Amino acid sequence: MSARIVHIASNTFREAVRDRVLYNLIAFALLLSGAAILVGQISIDIKRLVVINLGLTAVSLFGVVIAIFIGIGLVSKEIEKRTLYTVLSRPVRRWEFIIGKFFGLAGTLVVNTFFMAIGVFAALLYVSHKFARPDALVLVALYFIILQFLIICALALLFSSFSSPLLSAVFAFSLFVIGSFAEDLRGFAGMARGPTRWLASAAAYLVPNFSAFNVITSIAHEQPVAGQLVLHNTLYALFYAAMALSGAVLIFEHRDLK
Amino acid sequence: MTAIEILGLEKTYKVGFWRKRPKRALHPLHLTVEEGEIFGFLGPNGAGKTTTLKLLMGLVFPTAGTARLLGRDWTDPEVKAQIGFLPEQPYFYDYLTAHELLNYYGQLSGVPGKDRKRRIDEVLERVGLTDVKGVQLRKFSKGMLQRAGIAQAILHDPKLVFFDEPMSGLDPMGRREVRDLMEQLKHEGKTVFFSTHILSDAEALCDRVAIIHHGKLRGVGAVADLTSSVQGKVELIWQGTQVPPSMKTLGAECHVTGDTVRAVLAENQQDAAIDALRRERMRLIAITPVRTSLEEYFIEKLQQAETSIGSTA
Repeated sequence: MSARIVHIASNTFREAVRDRVLYNLIAFALLLSGAAILVGQISIDIKRLVVINLGLTAVSLFGVVIAIFIGIGLVSKEIEKRTLYTVLSRPVRRWEFIIGKFFGLAGTLVVNTFFMAIGVFAALLYVSHKFARPDALVLVALYFIILQFLIICALALLFSSFSSPLLSAVFAFSLFVIGSFAEDLRGFAGMARGPTRWLASAAAYLVPNFSAFNVITSIAHEQPVAGQLVLHNTLYALFYAAMALSGAVLIFEHRDLK
Repeated sequence: MTAIEILGLEKTYKVGFWRKRPKRALHPLHLTVEEGEIFGFLGPNGAGKTTTLKLLMGLVFPTAGTARLLGRDWTDPEVKAQIGFLPEQPYFYDYLTAHELLNYYGQLSGVPGKDRKRRIDEVLERVGLTDVKGVQLRKFSKGMLQRAGIAQAILHDPKLVFFDEPMSGLDPMGRREVRDLMEQLKHEGKTVFFSTHILSDAEALCDRVAIIHHGKLRGVGAVADLTSSVQGKVELIWQGTQVPPSMKTLGAECHVTGDTVRAVLAENQQDAAIDALRRERMRLIAITPVRTSLEEYFIEKLQQAETSIGSTA
């Protein structure tokens, strides 16, 4: 990897840290501590279920919000504030800037998720008093959540490369919501007829299929995750993120910085 | 060697939300700047100075034309390692300290780690920011940001430096320091290309200037040439507050300021005027030919441009 990409990525990470993005961890810790104490009052059988469901859903939602709200400003904010002028007037290629920004944001989310994961395991330990073998499956769910973040980061960057932050936020969040119901959309496409079928199928395969990444409920119920799904989701996330990033690069390479 | 060679660069933007219409920001521009020159790019606000600089920096793409910087194609990313750029009213990552900012830019410019720290300290010293190198830029005043901007532009010891309105936001002391810095850069063999609408800065600093207005080049040349068009008049200054009566018959325009008198008269009346002063035993201080100032030249070019636009409209 080009050294310039690493420098841009680490500066993006530093910006997130100094803009107190990681303060969301405090809100997460409070939420999880409160939940752990509350579920302590209910039946021992569902304590673990509630902590895993709530904890992992919170990890996912906190991360998605961060990915979208930082991602949408990564390029447009730099253009608006003209900080980009002194970067691109150096021997930095435009694609290096986009890729550096992506890795910076992705790195921020991985670090954030790491600390949240510690919180989830701590809550699990608090309610169950020990770790059990199925708890390791939480790591798979966390891995899938990170893969989702990679897609969302790339999409937010894509929108940020040509649109205003507000519109980018709307686009990215809409895609997240629609993508979370991608399986339902595919089901609907299967049942529809005529042009509706074509349209629904195109939309179903174009939007990111986030529903395939959501294994939180099955993991909470201690159901194993197939190795094939891990491989499929990994390849899918990398391919989708690469496509979105290529789009962002293609647009940004030809954009005038007025 | 030619440092900057602009070969017909032009830029037309599409403006409007629905029905886009073309707006020409820069007409085909042909300009060369020699190595080691301080070159002033003059024009009123909105004349096309910043568009030209953005085109050269690769921040906007030209509608037509090309350019060469330091003998290489201007789109070559490696040529940018030899170039420094200060944008107009620069804004930097305000969560960084001045030292961190320069370190980041040094990394992006490929300055090796061992040299970087030394260079950062040198340029911070040079722009007078050593005492605040650990302070976040969000706490900087406008003038301090301008200094940080100048520091980042010269950090990697570039051969060619572009400054867009470098005096903007600086107090008189700061302006003086920037002028000195630009002269130092010239002595170090660098080429300095700067845009400004402050003509006194250009007159004091530049080897050559170009005047741009409404996106068109209106004039280019050495400052000495542009200001040397003697209008057949001389200026005499003598001590005292009295004007000899014969001065009026010689057609002199006289102004008394403090304890000196300044008279402007036709060159062929110069000897007669000197004789008149001798007769009155007045002390002559100076005789200088009247030259067109850069400001007068600038205004003249702008008025010509307005007239030509008016006649074509």
